[in-house]
Amino acid sequence: MNADFTADDLAFQAEVKDFLEKEFPSAYRKKIDARQRLTKEEIVDWQKILFRKGWVAPNWPKEYGGTGWSPTQKYIFSTEMGLVGAPEPVPFGMTMVAPVIMAYGTEEQKERFLPDILESNVWWCQGYSEPNSGSDLASLKTSAVRDGDHYVVNGSKTWNTYGQHADWIFCLVRTDNTVKKQEGISFLLIDMKSPGITLKPIVLLDGHPEVNEVFFDEVRVPVENLIGEENKGWTYAKVLLTHERTNIAGVPRGKRRLGSLKRQAAETDDGFGGTMADNPNFKRKLAEAEIELLALEYSELRTLAALTVGKAPGPESSILKIVGTELAQSMDEMLVELAGYGCLPFLPEQYEEGFEGEIFGPGNSASAALTYFNNRKLSIFGGSNEIQRNIISKAVLGL
Amino acid sequence: MDFSQTEEQQMLQESVQQFVRKSYDFDTRNSIVSTEQGYSAEFWKLFAELGWLTVPFSEADGGFGDSAVDLTVMMDEFGKALLVEPYLATVILGGGLIAALADEKSKGELLPPVMSGDLQLALAATEHSGRYNPLSVETTAQVDGDKIILNGVKTAVLNGINASYLLVTARESGEVSSKDGISVFLVPTDSSGVNIQGFTTIDGRSSSEVQLEAVSVGASARLGQPGKAAEALLMVNEKATVACAAEALGALESMLHKTVEYSKTRKQFGTSIGTFQALQHRMADMFIQCQLARSIVIRAAMKIDSNESTVEKTKAVSAAKSRIGYAIKAVGQEAIQIHGGIAMTEELDVGHLFRRVTALDIMFGDADFHTERYASL
Ligand SMILES: Cc1cc2nc3c(=O)[nH]c(=O)nc-3n(C[C@H](O)[C@H](O)[C@H](O)COP(=O)(O)OP(=O)(O)OC[C@H]3O[C@@H](n4cnc5c(N)ncnc54)[C@H](O)[C@@H]3O)c2cc1C
Repeated sequence: MNADFTADDLAFQAEVKDFLEKEFPSAYRKKIDARQRLTKEEIVDWQKILFRKGWVAPNWPKEYGGTGWSPTQKYIFSTEMGLVGAPEPVPFGMTMVAPVIMAYGTEEQKERFLPDILESNVWWCQGYSEPNSGSDLASLKTSAVRDGDHYVVNGSKTWNTYGQHADWIFCLVRTDNTVKKQEGISFLLIDMKSPGITLKPIVLLDGHPEVNEVFFDEVRVPVENLIGEENKGWTYAKVLLTHERTNIAGVPRGKRRLGSLKRQAAETDDGFGGTMADNPNFKRKLAEAEIELLALEYSELRTLAALTVGKAPGPESSILKIVGTELAQSMDEMLVELAGYGCLPFLPEQYEEGFEGEIFGPGNSASAALTYFNNRKLSIFGGSNEIQRNIISKAVLGL
Repeated sequence: MDFSQTEEQQMLQESVQQFVRKSYDFDTRNSIVSTEQGYSAEFWKLFAELGWLTVPFSEADGGFGDSAVDLTVMMDEFGKALLVEPYLATVILGGGLIAALADEKSKGELLPPVMSGDLQLALAATEHSGRYNPLSVETTAQVDGDKIILNGVKTAVLNGINASYLLVTARESGEVSSKDGISVFLVPTDSSGVNIQGFTTIDGRSSSEVQLEAVSVGASARLGQPGKAAEALLMVNEKATVACAAEALGALESMLHKTVEYSKTRKQFGTSIGTFQALQHRMADMFIQCQLARSIVIRAAMKIDSNESTVEKTKAVSAAKSRIGYAIKAVGQEAIQIHGGIAMTEELDVGHLFRRVTALDIMFGDADFHTERYASL
């Protein structure tokens, strides 16, 4: 048993570090450290830098512009990205819809959509959830009725992340009402500029309109935008969900955050002449988070090792999702704890894209509570942590 | 032994409940938050008429009796309603400190307008470097002839932009966190050198950061003896801490109630999510947390009203704030989680309750701070 990288892996790691050092714009790094949002243009710019290097889509097959990396190399890459805080490409196009198009799309669809995703020319968003279909996604009702060469789509989607930036949306829609709920669902690609689509922003607890409701009113979608066969959409979506997901646990990001919590603790007065870095309670929490991160890291490595020898990723991804999100949330609590009174000002505007003024408060404390609030989403979306536990109970424990 | 409420406490509770039912729904509250001053002057006048502004004052000072238990009964209801009016700032902190420190003459001038709703106050005590230690005071007060010059920066000054006076803690002598040497000064907010930068807090209150640059006041602005304000400051702090704990308690019980109700109506997989045992147990745990929190908050209020030693009172307050801090995380986070995505939005009150309790967890010290203080006593 060993957990070492090979010499080649180490050389690759050095190459990645070097690239990020030189090419990840320091202006973006600064913004990210200050919790300021990158603009759409900045996100796209960074993705295009990755594209030009040929590294934007490590999980794609080489023929479509992937890297041809081994699982270990992919792991090294996402680790190094996380350690410097470089954002992963927005997942909706690159890691969510593209694999479905590759697996089930026609040649025409592949040519039409994949290059623009790879080059970040087109922004995608995910239209699965509906107001009454969250965890029970298969109960979705947005309908698509065939009318000549078109589907006519009616209904509404919600929780649509960054729909305001999106050019295209991939949707699960109901095409048959008469069969078992999973068997009447189709996978449809829809141009956001289509007449009949309206967007209503939803402001989250951190004051940011990160998600949207999307309404479809008699939206006509050409049939050539259907992926695969009609009524097979659920199967495609499920394949996507169990598709290999690297970095779901967020270990590198966790390490980076832990480092910054430690630095912050050393800069936070304890009110009695010392700093929070000497506070035994806080030290203990830091240590506990670090230990949890180690356990998580090695759990991820064990999953990775299994992948390397060709085993299919199993319900392990549920472990990584649960522990990774709950650990991130406990670090949010520590962030709030350090900020103390400094986290009370509610000033979401100073973290919005394009804010130029001076950030209010000592350090970045005014962002702490906002981060804490926003990250409550981590245990709700992507299959809630309850649903993940249900998966473990059923698929692993056989209950 | 009798944990039942007195008739007066019941009337107080019902009077708040009635006001909230009639006049203070979630939308009204939110529109108040978005106003410039961040509270309703009209409602404030009503609070005075209803007698609420007299609760934490002794009968000798013209108040309702200064009982911490009475206060918690009221704060509990304020918490449920997400109230944003500056009760804590003007009445408990500002008024409380004047009652504890000022001479009869100043009291006679200041307390009646507080109780009649005509005077707004703000306590400028907290400093970033002091964290939760009210005795850590870097702001200085230097005697200069018959004047006193104040310099320093204060944070988390609730109601600063609405107040006519700031009650400023400043050090006249001694080390940064020594008990001796702290005085409280009554500073008109329009004094030259006072700079107040207002902001809305995560839980919808009006707060501010205050800079004092060579602010000059007369010796009569000092409340009480020079350098001897620490005891009064701590006492008022304890009372405010219990008030915040009680406010959090009301908010938590409201979150529990809303979560249980929502779980009965939200359907997924063909059934209401409240039928899932995985969620039932967690709501049962939320209930347990609320009950324990209620017990320890009542205990703290009863101790404050008792004749026991200061140490016993302080311990009881820390026990309550520590325990409620734990409940705030447990109950608050579960309420969001069990609601799912809908609780992540500003549309629903449960998210605002979550922001309220998160702020209350911090105010006057979080769970860790109070656990440590308890252990040190
Ligand atoms: C910030 C954010 C961004 C999002 N972005 C997108 C997006 O871009 N596109 C998209 O399609 N969706 C998105 N989602 C939606 C997300 O996937 C759903 O919120 C999620 O599926 C949960 O659904 P729900 O919110 O309706 O909660 P519900 O399904 O109503 O669940 C409520 C509670 O019940 C629990 N529960 C449900 N079923 C069970 C069960 N069988 N056993 C035990 N407990 C159960 C849940 O875990 C949860 O705690 C986003 C959500 C959020 C909050």
